[in-house]
Amino acid sequence: MEALVKKRIKQVLKGDQSAFAELVELYKDKVFQICYRMLGNRHEAEDISQEAFIRAYVNIETFNQKRKFSTWLFRIATNLCIDRIRKKKPDYYLDAEVAGTDGLTMYSQVAADVKMPEDEVENMELQETIQKEISKLPEKYRSVIVLKYIEELPLQEISEILDMPLGTVKTRVHRGREALRKQLKSL
Amino acid sequence: MKTCPEEMIDYMHDYLDGDIISDSEQKLKSHLQQCEDCQHHFHELKKAIAFVQSTSHISAPDDFTNRIMDRLPKEKKKVGMQRWLRHHPLLTAAALFIFFMTGSVFANWNDHQDFSFTKNESLVVEDHTVVVPEGKVVKGDLTVRNGDVKIEGKVTGDVTVINGNQYLASAGTVTGEIKEIDAAFEWLWYQIKSGAEDLVEWGNSQLDEK
Repeated sequence: MEALVKKRIKQVLKGDQSAFAELVELYKDKVFQICYRMLGNRHEAEDISQEAFIRAYVNIETFNQKRKFSTWLFRIATNLCIDRIRKKKPDYYLDAEVAGTDGLTMYSQVAADVKMPEDEVENMELQETIQKEISKLPEKYRSVIVLKYIEELPLQEISEILDMPLGTVKTRVHRGREALRKQLKSL
Repeated sequence: MKTCPEEMIDYMHDYLDGDIISDSEQKLKSHLQQCEDCQHHFHELKKAIAFVQSTSHISAPDDFTNRIMDRLPKEKKKVGMQRWLRHHPLLTAAALFIFFMTGSVFANWNDHQDFSFTKNESLVVEDHTVVVPEGKVVKGDLTVRNGDVKIEGKVTGDVTVINGNQYLASAGTVTGEIKEIDAAFEWLWYQIKSGAEDLVEWGNSQLDEK
C-alpha cells in the first residue's frame, strides 16, 4: 500500500494528474470522514475535504517522501477544518441554539435517500445526537477525539498530524473524553 | 468521590490509552472494587467512547474524485514544454543545431551581397561581368558572386556563378563543372554540398597522412 502510494506520488510529481486521481480514491473516505466529524455538516465537509486534496496537489513538492502520505494529507485536512471552525466561531453559539432544527434538516436529507425500518431510524437519531455532541467539543479536543476514535489512529500518529508533542495529545484526549462523558452520560 | 485519590482518574485514562503500568493498574482495579462513584465514572467514560465509535463510517459523495480533478489547476504549457525538453534531450539538441546552422548559413548569405570573384591576373571585369579573355587560361576554380561570367578562354577547374549567369563562348573551355546558383535555397544546398566535399577532402587528407 505505502509502496503504491509512493509510486503514485512520484508520478504526480512528474505532472501525471491521473495518478493523483488514484490517491484521491484511496483517501477520500477517510479525509471526508475527518472533515464531517470535525465540522458536523456534509456540505462543509465536502467543501473542506476537496480543498484539502487540492492543496495537497498544489503543494505536493513540499511533501517529504520519507514520511507517511496519509499523515501529511490528514494534517492539511485537520488544519483546514480548524481554520473553518475558528472562522465561524462568532455564530457558533447561535448555531448551538438552533442545533435541534439543524439536526432535523440533516436527518431529513439522509432519510430522503433510503426508506429505513423503525430501529434504523432510531439508530440514525442516536448517530445525529452523538455527532452533535462531538461538534460541541472545543476544537482542540474535537480533533484528537475524531482522529483517535473515528479514524482509530495511534496517538503517535495523531501527534504528527497535529504537530504537537505526544504529551499534549494525551492530555487533550483525556480532557476530550471527560467532556464527552459529561455530555453523553444521559444517553 | 472527594475521598478518592486524585490519580485514579488519570489511571483510568492511561488504561483507556493502553499505556497504564501494571502497578497502577492493580491500584485502579482494587480501588474500583471499593468505590462505586469511580466505577460509575469509569463506566461513563467507556460508554462515551463506545458511542463515538458506534458512529457509522461515512463515505465521500460519489463524484467526489471527478469534482476534484476538474478543479485541479491546469498544467501550464510552459511546464509541459520544459518537461518535453527534459525528456527528449536528443531532439532538443538536434533542434538547436538546426536552428544555429540555418542561422549561420543565412548570415553567410547576407554577408555576400557584394560583387566578388576569385582573384586571378587573367580576368577582366566589364561592368559586373567577369571575362576570361580569349587565349587566357585560368588555373583552378573560378567563383563569381553577384555577377555574370563570360568565358572566352580556358578555365582548368570548376566555374561557380552565384546570383548571376554564365556565358560560355564557343571557343571557351571549362575542364570542371559549371554551376549556377540563384536562390537562397540553392545557396543553402551549395553550402551543404561544399561542406560535405570539404569533409571528404579532409577525410582523404587524413587518410593520406596515415
